[in-house]
Amino acid sequence: MIEFIEILLMLLILFDLALLGVSRLKTCITISSLQGMLLGIFTVLAHTQGLTLRIALIAAAAFVLKGFLFPRLLGRSIREASVSLELEPYIGYIPSVIAGLALLGASLWLGAKLPLSSAIGIPLVVPAALMTFFTGLFLIIARKNALTQCLGYIIVENGIYIIGVASVVEIPMLVELGILLDASVAVLVMGVAIYHINREFDHIETDRLDTLKG
Amino acid sequence: MQAAVFTNLALGLVLAPLLSGIINRTKAAVAGRKGQPLLQAYFDIYKNLRKGAVYSTTASWLFRAGPVVGLAAAVAALCIVPASGSAAALAFAGDLVLFAYVLGLARFFTVLAALDTGSSFEGMGASREVFFAALAEPALLAGLATVARKTGTLSLTEMISTASANSPELVLVLAALGIVFLCENCRIPFDDPTTHLELTMIHEVMVLDHSGPDFAFIQYGAALKAWVLGSLIVGILLPAFSSSRPLMLACFVGAMFLLAVTVGLIESGMARLRLLRVPQLLAAASALSVFAFMLVVR
Repeated sequence: MIEFIEILLMLLILFDLALLGVSRLKTCITISSLQGMLLGIFTVLAHTQGLTLRIALIAAAAFVLKGFLFPRLLGRSIREASVSLELEPYIGYIPSVIAGLALLGASLWLGAKLPLSSAIGIPLVVPAALMTFFTGLFLIIARKNALTQCLGYIIVENGIYIIGVASVVEIPMLVELGILLDASVAVLVMGVAIYHINREFDHIETDRLDTLKG
Repeated sequence: MQAAVFTNLALGLVLAPLLSGIINRTKAAVAGRKGQPLLQAYFDIYKNLRKGAVYSTTASWLFRAGPVVGLAAAVAALCIVPASGSAAALAFAGDLVLFAYVLGLARFFTVLAALDTGSSFEGMGASREVFFAALAEPALLAGLATVARKTGTLSLTEMISTASANSPELVLVLAALGIVFLCENCRIPFDDPTTHLELTMIHEVMVLDHSGPDFAFIQYGAALKAWVLGSLIVGILLPAFSSSRPLMLACFVGAMFLLAVTVGLIESGMARLRLLRVPQLLAAASALSVFAFMLVVR
């Protein structure tokens, strides 16, 4: 079973690397949706021994929200705001992938150092979580499109989710549900905000919005 | 033992040009055409061998050396790579580095010969070739390093006899090597082997000025290179499951033909990538290899 979970986590990391190298917004959204579905499956697999109704619900919520709802909402914002479909990076795609590999190395190193890893029992959980987290942050920093900020936020949340699900079972589930709710509201608000920003300024490029600061 | 080594070499030397025939027949079958004869590559080589060669007045000995060194390097690579579950003719610790750079030597001389013609057109092709090769080489080397680390040996023969594709790291390496295979053998999506259109050519453009026996050498060398890289992939994919030689040989040749059919199907299914996108795909291959390497060293 651990091997199977490891393969799942490797797929998650591959999706992270793909997110860094992909140039189309729609592909990015598809990848994030696939990642969300994997997270739902991961939740169930990580708790095959003590699978309670609560965990099953969390898994289902993650699967549906991250796999279907968020991508749908993001897709709608693309349509309504007629966002440009290229990502317009500050850092090019190949340098991004190289940076991603460096981040992956750092994650593996940190994962080996942290005592948390041995507590969980699956060696790849912490590195995968950290890598997903870093990828999200990187997307927020390195892409101009305002929608990628939102996407990066979802990816960061995925990272937190992995570690939350794998490490502790009971109470943090409540916290996790809270974050899930937060994230969905944020995606919703962001969608509306992007629509309005776009109508006001005819673009959603963050570097140009920067000059608005007084 | 000796007999097995010689069968493998003979198999490679004889069957290598057949791969391109299988790829072309697969493409033809998918497109609903009859296609060229399976042995077309042999006919082409034979035809070119009988012709005389024409040399440009600006070309020096480098231009004549290119095809010869290319073919010699391909044969050397054939000796290093083990096939069908038996040892390679030339096996020692660290031969995987020699393997990578024997292929590199062939490329280096092809590029020199292309530059030696003095044609800016071939210079452009050489520039592209070197650029893409620089991106494909990390993928190949990191992939081989992963297998070496996983199996704990530095010799291709031992690596391939102990590796089997049941670990996720090796699956990643296989995917990366598959991309390198397509790139190094100028197949779609990197280069379209059927075009003679200036702006899309990468490998083909470098050898335009070669003719006669020189061109036959280049064609045969390219076929051998495809066979060598293919047998590397098949070797990692196909563990030595039986001690019966004929069975292993049959499985190996079958797997090589299957690889050729797969390449044909890929070529039928997709178009050549835009030149700007090619580095991205190669970077993805390198990322896969490096990721696999990180997983085995952690």
